[in-house]
Amino acid sequence: MGSFTVGISDLKVCKAPDVLVTYALGSCIGICMVDEATGIGGLSHIMLPDSTQSMSGKDMPMRFADTAVPMLINQLVAMGASRSRLRAKIAGGAVMFATASDRFNIGERNIEAVTNALRKENIPIIAKDVGLNYGRTVYFYPQTGIMEVKAAAKGTKQL
Amino acid sequence: MLKNYDELSPVAIDCLREIGNIGSGSAANALSTMLGKNVIMRVPDVSVMDYQEVIDRMGGPEKVITGILVRLEGDIGGMIMFLLEDSFAKVVLSTFMQLENVSVMTLDATQLSVISEMGNIMAGSYLSALSQLTGLTIDMSVPSMTVDMLGAIMSVPIIEFAEVGDKVLFIDDGFVIDGVDIKSNIILIPEMASLATLMTKLGVM
Repeated sequence: MGSFTVGISDLKVCKAPDVLVTYALGSCIGICMVDEATGIGGLSHIMLPDSTQSMSGKDMPMRFADTAVPMLINQLVAMGASRSRLRAKIAGGAVMFATASDRFNIGERNIEAVTNALRKENIPIIAKDVGLNYGRTVYFYPQTGIMEVKAAAKGTKQL
Repeated sequence: MLKNYDELSPVAIDCLREIGNIGSGSAANALSTMLGKNVIMRVPDVSVMDYQEVIDRMGGPEKVITGILVRLEGDIGGMIMFLLEDSFAKVVLSTFMQLENVSVMTLDATQLSVISEMGNIMAGSYLSALSQLTGLTIDMSVPSMTVDMLGAIMSVPIIEFAEVGDKVLFIDDGFVIDGVDIKSNIILIPEMASLATLMTKLGVM
């Protein structure tokens, strides 16, 4: 069994029993997606909502919600996952600093953009742990479809 | 026109180091007055590095730290962030509230505001030193504080300055208070236009 780390603006797919992890999501979002029947799963760590609003949009598809979601689906399908069986779980989108800081409210916009991108692709979101004001580390187990969310002050929960 | 931190000359880096020095000295004085204790300052180390290096150097993405974020406005736009290890909160709380061995994860609102106020004073003295040195007007926002994973805290500047690049000015300094070594790291992310203004003012460009 291998464990693979997904960095910021990064995306990886694997096959059970391999495990994917992304550390310390702030207002970024971790998108876990799996076809449980085949155990093929992936994790994408997006940073910003919309590639069309950015100069780097074309060069960095893994950075944005709107481009990373289709990319994740394509890679899972290319590995042998069934598109119609794909299910998603998401975590992150926090507002890390309460006052005068998150003037663009990126966390909230990321949640909305990821939700929209998944809806557009007809992938149901079956669990989520989003928003609020704390960082999250996400472990994703394609074997069971479990997304484990770890927060500094809140301990660990499985979704 | 300066486009990237990588383009800073060695002279410019020296200059920023000196700013770090003066700013830290002034912050140390403010701390010493507030705490009523002797505060010894270490000579800061200033370097240009990418976010990942900052995270690795400070102990990895999941390390829990206190982050204080201040926005800069006026002649200099950008962000300054203080990243303080547990020892800072412990010294502050033991001095002001006679609390020993507190865990930073379980602080109440009053304790958090005491630490936040210390951060506020440090940030203010740092920026006024910078302002005096350059003659520039630098306004700061009310500081905002959180105690959380380093990676999650760093995601705030990473996202906001995503278009500018992945480099920051990293000021690694520290204080010794009551024999306790307190590591304090400061990340300065001026907007590129502001960095150019700063360099011109200091006569290094």
